Amino acid sequence: MSEEDDIILSELDDEELVQQMFDDLYDGLKEEIEEGVNILIERGWEPYRVLTEALVGGMTIVGADFRDGILFVPEVLLAANAMKGGMAILKPLLAETGAPRVGKMVIGTVKGDIHDIGKNLVSMMMEGAGFEVVDLGINNPVENYLEALEKEEPDILGMSALLTTTMPYMKVVIDTLIEQGKRDDYIVLVGGAPLNEEFGKAIGADAYCRDAAVAVETAKTWVSRKHNRMSA
Amino acid sequence: MSNPASPLPGARELTEEGFAPSGRGRILLIACGALAREIVAIRARGGWDQMDLTCLPAILHNHPERITPAIRDLVARHREAYERIFVAYADCGTGGLLQAACAELGVEMIEGPHCYAFFEGNAAFAAHADEIDAFYLTDFLARQFDAFVWKPLGLDRHPELIEMYFGHYRTLVYQAQTDDPELTERARLCAERLGLVFERRFTGYGELATTLEHWARA
Repeated sequence: MSEEDDIILSELDDEELVQQMFDDLYDGLKEEIEEGVNILIERGWEPYRVLTEALVGGMTIVGADFRDGILFVPEVLLAANAMKGGMAILKPLLAETGAPRVGKMVIGTVKGDIHDIGKNLVSMMMEGAGFEVVDLGINNPVENYLEALEKEEPDILGMSALLTTTMPYMKVVIDTLIEQGKRDDYIVLVGGAPLNEEFGKAIGADAYCRDAAVAVETAKTWVSRKHNRMSA
Repeated sequence: MSNPASPLPGARELTEEGFAPSGRGRILLIACGALAREIVAIRARGGWDQMDLTCLPAILHNHPERITPAIRDLVARHREAYERIFVAYADCGTGGLLQAACAELGVEMIEGPHCYAFFEGNAAFAAHADEIDAFYLTDFLARQFDAFVWKPLGLDRHPELIEMYFGHYRTLVYQAQTDDPELTERARLCAERLGLVFERRFTGYGELATTLEHWARA
C-alpha cells in the first residue's frame, strides 16, 4: 500500500485538501476529485469557489507543465477526465447558485475533421473560467457555425482543426462572415496542432491560441476589450 | 544516426534514429524512415544504383514542425557530395512549409498531403475526401504500430483513453504496399485493439514508385 492510499480526504483541512486535489488532478484521479469536490461543497464552499480554486487552479498547473514539456497528452487527458468528473457535480449547482458569466463562446471542429481533444480541453477550461460554452462538436460546415452564431449570439467564435488539410476551412467560415457583414460581431479565435500565429492572421482570425490556457487568457482579454469598447 | 550502407536498419531504427547515406551514387534521396524499406525495394527493382538514400527518423511525424528544419540541414550537409538531391516526403503535416523550403532550396519533393495519399494515388485519395472517420496504416505503420501509435498516445499505460482518441473513428484502413499475410494479420489486430472496423486496401507503391522512376532519370 502506498503512502497516498493512507490519505483520507475528509480529514484534511481546506487548504490541505485543495493541495491534495491539485495532486490528484495532476495524477488524473477522477474518483478522488469527485470526492474532494463533494467534501468542499459539504463544508459550505460556494460551487464557483470550488471550481476556480480547486479545479481550475489544479488544471492550470497541468497546463503549465504540458506547455513546458513535463507532462504529455495522455497525462493531460487523464487530468481533464478527472476535472470533468468534478465539473459534472458542480454544473447543476452553479446553475442554481449563479456564477459570474464572463462571456459566451460557440466552438466547433471544422468540416472534414473529427478531432476534438484540443477543442474539448478549451471548452472545459473556458467553462472553468466562467464562460458559457456552446460546443458544436466535430465536422462542422459553415452553415452550422452561422446557425449557432445567429441563435446563441456569443461574444466568441472558436474553431479547431488538427489536420493541415482541414485547417483552411476556417477561412471559409471567416470569409462567409465577412460576406454577410457579420465578421466584426464576434471575436474569432482559432487553434489546433498544425496552426500558428501567421496562419491565424492570414485567414483573418483575431487570435491563434496555442493551448487551452492561452485560449482562456486571450478570450478574457478580447471580451474585456469588447465590453470596454461598447461602454465607451 | 547509424550508417549502414546495407542491410537496411530495422523498423525500430527507422522509427527512432534514421540512417546516413552510403556515400555511393550521384543522386541522394532524403526520405522519411517510414518509406525506407519501400524505397529500397523500388530502387532494387529499377536497378538504380545511382540513387543513394538517407532517412530521417519516422517518428518526426509526431512533431511535424521538426521536419522542415531537419530537411534543410540534410540538404545543406550533402549538397556538395551529390549532383541532385530529392526529398521523399509529402507535405506530411508541415502546412506547406516543407514545400516552401524545397522550392527555396531548389529540390523536388513528393506531391501530395501525406503517404496515405501518394500510396493510393493523390487523385484517387482525394476522391474519397469525405472518408474522415478512417484511421490509416501502411506496411510500416502496421509493423511499428506500438512505437508509433500505441505508446506515444499512452495507450500502453492507459488503454481507457482509446475512446477519447478514437471515439469518432469508424474504420482502420490498412493500405497494403505488399502482399504479406503476416502484416495483414498485424493490421487486423491493430483495428481490433482500437475497436475499429478493419479494411484492407492494396495500394502497392503507388506514386512513390512513379516519382522515384522520374527522379532516377534525372
